[in-house]
Amino acid sequence: MSHFKPALTNTENSLSTPANTTFPAGEETHFHTRRGSNGDLDTGRVLILFAHPRFEKSRVNRSLLRALPASGDITLHDLYELYPDYNIDVEAEKELLLTHDILIWYHPFYIYSAPAILKQWLDLVLEYGWAHGAGGDFLKDKTAFNVITTGGTRETYRGDGFNRFTIREFLRPFEQTARLCKMIYLPPFAVQGTYRLTDEELARHAGDYAFLLRQLGAGAYDREAMEPCDFLNDWIAAGQRTKAP
Amino acid sequence: MTEGFLFQALIYLAAAIVCVPIAKRLGMGSVLGYLLAGIVIGPYAFAFIGKEGQDIMHFAEFGVVMMLFLIGLELEPSHFWRMRHRILGMGSVQIMLTTLIIWAGMMLLNFNWKTALAASLALAMSSTAIVLQSLKEKGLGDTEAGRSSFAVLLFQDIAVIPVLALLPLLAVSTGYGTGGDGKAILAGLPGWVQTVAVLGAGSSVVLAGRFVIVPFLRMVARTHLRELLTAAALLIVIATAFLMQLVGLSPALGTFLAGVVLANSEFRHELESDIEPFKGLLLGLFFIAVGASINFNLLISSPLQLISLVIAVIAVKIIVLMGTGRLFRINCDQNLIFALGLSQVGEFAFVLFGFMHQLQILPDRLTDRMTAVTPLLLSINERFILPRFGTLAAAGKEADIIDVQHPVIIAGFGDFGSTIGRFLRASGIAATILDNDSDRVDLLRKMGFKVFYGDAARPDILKSAGAEAARILIIAVADPSTNCDLVEKIQKHYPHLTIMVRIKDRQDAYEMLDMGVKDVYRESLDTSIRLGVDALVKLGYRRYAATRAGQNFLKYDEAALLKLAPHRHDEKSYLYNAREQITMQELLLANDWEVNTTINDHAWESELRTDQEAKE
Repeated sequence: MSHFKPALTNTENSLSTPANTTFPAGEETHFHTRRGSNGDLDTGRVLILFAHPRFEKSRVNRSLLRALPASGDITLHDLYELYPDYNIDVEAEKELLLTHDILIWYHPFYIYSAPAILKQWLDLVLEYGWAHGAGGDFLKDKTAFNVITTGGTRETYRGDGFNRFTIREFLRPFEQTARLCKMIYLPPFAVQGTYRLTDEELARHAGDYAFLLRQLGAGAYDREAMEPCDFLNDWIAAGQRTKAP
Repeated sequence: MTEGFLFQALIYLAAAIVCVPIAKRLGMGSVLGYLLAGIVIGPYAFAFIGKEGQDIMHFAEFGVVMMLFLIGLELEPSHFWRMRHRILGMGSVQIMLTTLIIWAGMMLLNFNWKTALAASLALAMSSTAIVLQSLKEKGLGDTEAGRSSFAVLLFQDIAVIPVLALLPLLAVSTGYGTGGDGKAILAGLPGWVQTVAVLGAGSSVVLAGRFVIVPFLRMVARTHLRELLTAAALLIVIATAFLMQLVGLSPALGTFLAGVVLANSEFRHELESDIEPFKGLLLGLFFIAVGASINFNLLISSPLQLISLVIAVIAVKIIVLMGTGRLFRINCDQNLIFALGLSQVGEFAFVLFGFMHQLQILPDRLTDRMTAVTPLLLSINERFILPRFGTLAAAGKEADIIDVQHPVIIAGFGDFGSTIGRFLRASGIAATILDNDSDRVDLLRKMGFKVFYGDAARPDILKSAGAEAARILIIAVADPSTNCDLVEKIQKHYPHLTIMVRIKDRQDAYEMLDMGVKDVYRESLDTSIRLGVDALVKLGYRRYAATRAGQNFLKYDEAALLKLAPHRHDEKSYLYNAREQITMQELLLANDWEVNTTINDHAWESELRTDQEAKE
């Protein structure tokens, strides 16, 4: 076979790890689609498009997902688990979009963008004539935003920082895609500096994420208060500050 | 018994079949059931059997020999070697301390020191048969406690040999050789000849296991007669036992050695399941005989004396065992199981006391008394202590079992199965592999695979391959008719196993789906689609487009398979539907081409841009 690689040793070493990194019993690693039971379309149902090729190694994303409220208004859709061959079922995805009002692109920040499958999803699902262009009104007035995890801290994503641009600037393609589909685009929710997060900080972020999802699911948020923030994290922090005495 | 063999067989089997299920129903182990059966048919209850219970016991001791062979089979030499510290350390500490304490106690009671030493050595031993049987029944074999118990028991079995040799020296009257029952032909020969013979016997077992038995079994396996393989397995055990007895060694030890040597061979599981029923029956018989030989007269005539003796011995043994466990850092729960399990006195005490009786080390009265104590200790332990094993060890059990059992069993290791095996191994997943072609097994073992010879359709083979602890069973056998058979058996005996099955074509797929197997893999599907994709490429299609077409075709085909499954029994409707499905597939595929090009065009090409520009 021409595909056969004679130098197997390295591959074998790198492949021999997963058995040791298996999740503790009971922990969910195959989400596929965890669908909310709520069939009504009127409330703000949330669709999380989760794209993480190495989820089993991600401490941060595991914590964030574990804190996810088990609500009938929230659907978790694990793209890498469903389409390991990148062969996205466009019709099924479109149907799913129609039954939700808020769309979250939830992914780690790889080379200043999303993992490949999310781009594949955007390219295939957001069809001309359906999502945008002539007659493309099916996503109109829905809400979209990114939830991301980055290795670099917030400070490194500044004009004078190491990464030279802000997160908001890097996310422009998503912002404009949302606009193109006549959707409302909100600031991102970001968990940053993931390598150095302490357990307490991580727990706080997970709590914030769950809080955000609950508010969105219940429709209990003010879009105009969110939009000026750099991150939805700031909106949450501000909300909590005002609530505090 | 004048009624002869058939009557006796009737009594024993009937007693076992009545008592053991009752004992099981009452939450006791099978061992106590057998003991009860023995008591019921013994001289103090219905008196179906009299004194010949003792003879039956000697015969049934062969069950212990077989059990040690099986234990040996489960221990690979490398594993055995890793346990050496535990065996030597724990074993010697336990025996020496227990002997010392009981000996000191008996000295305080004004026994002769020789008598005391002999009795304390015998009392230091525990029952291999009862402990291992109970541990296995409760699924504790692979826990810390299980392994430690096994190590100590093994050391005790080995220690029996020097103890037997030592006893004549303690005899009050002289004139007995080392041969025990006098069966050893070497008894009269000079010492160095005996030593050479013993060493020769041991090494011949090891060498024969390596170089004679396995080729011999391969030859037998090629005849494809199952009963011949069973006969061969029995022959191995009996020949080994005979050889050992010939040179005055313990047959149990010899067969254990043979088992260890054969543990690495591909016949391991086959041998295990061949010997297992014999072992079970003989052990059952052995326990019945033990039950029948309990001397209730003695118990009635001097109950206090006996009871205090029992309690004293158990207390000493438990304390010593707990200390040993602590010394070797066994955690608390496990240590308790270990100590309580081994706290009784073994069946070997019968042999030793009988022997002492011969040598007149002990006065008759005491021997009788001790013999009565042994089964009592066994029963108490079995009734009140072993039943608590399960609850105590539940926590420790789970993690331990994994290093021995594999989560995956692959049945059939031809090209198909071995590719799966290689892939899993490269991904760090170990699999137990079964194949019933002994030539291929041989070849694969030379290539470094752990393959076992055995017919996966036999439930006992599946059991020894670890079907109870496994999670997935992959059937990669080429012949579809064996598949159905196999699936049926697995669903019946091991419903927890996820079955993943290789099948030939649609028709087989439907049969499997009808049986409730969800994971079916048509052997030619993926390959033919890959070839088709490559053909498209050679015809000038872009590889990505061709690949996507292949992916979608696979998806539609699987979907169509499921959709058609319920209609299969109606021959007419099947034909109709099949045609419909094919039409649908063509439609879907054609549609996919269309969709594909449209998506690509819209996503990147000028139409969109002009549309946007027009808006701006």
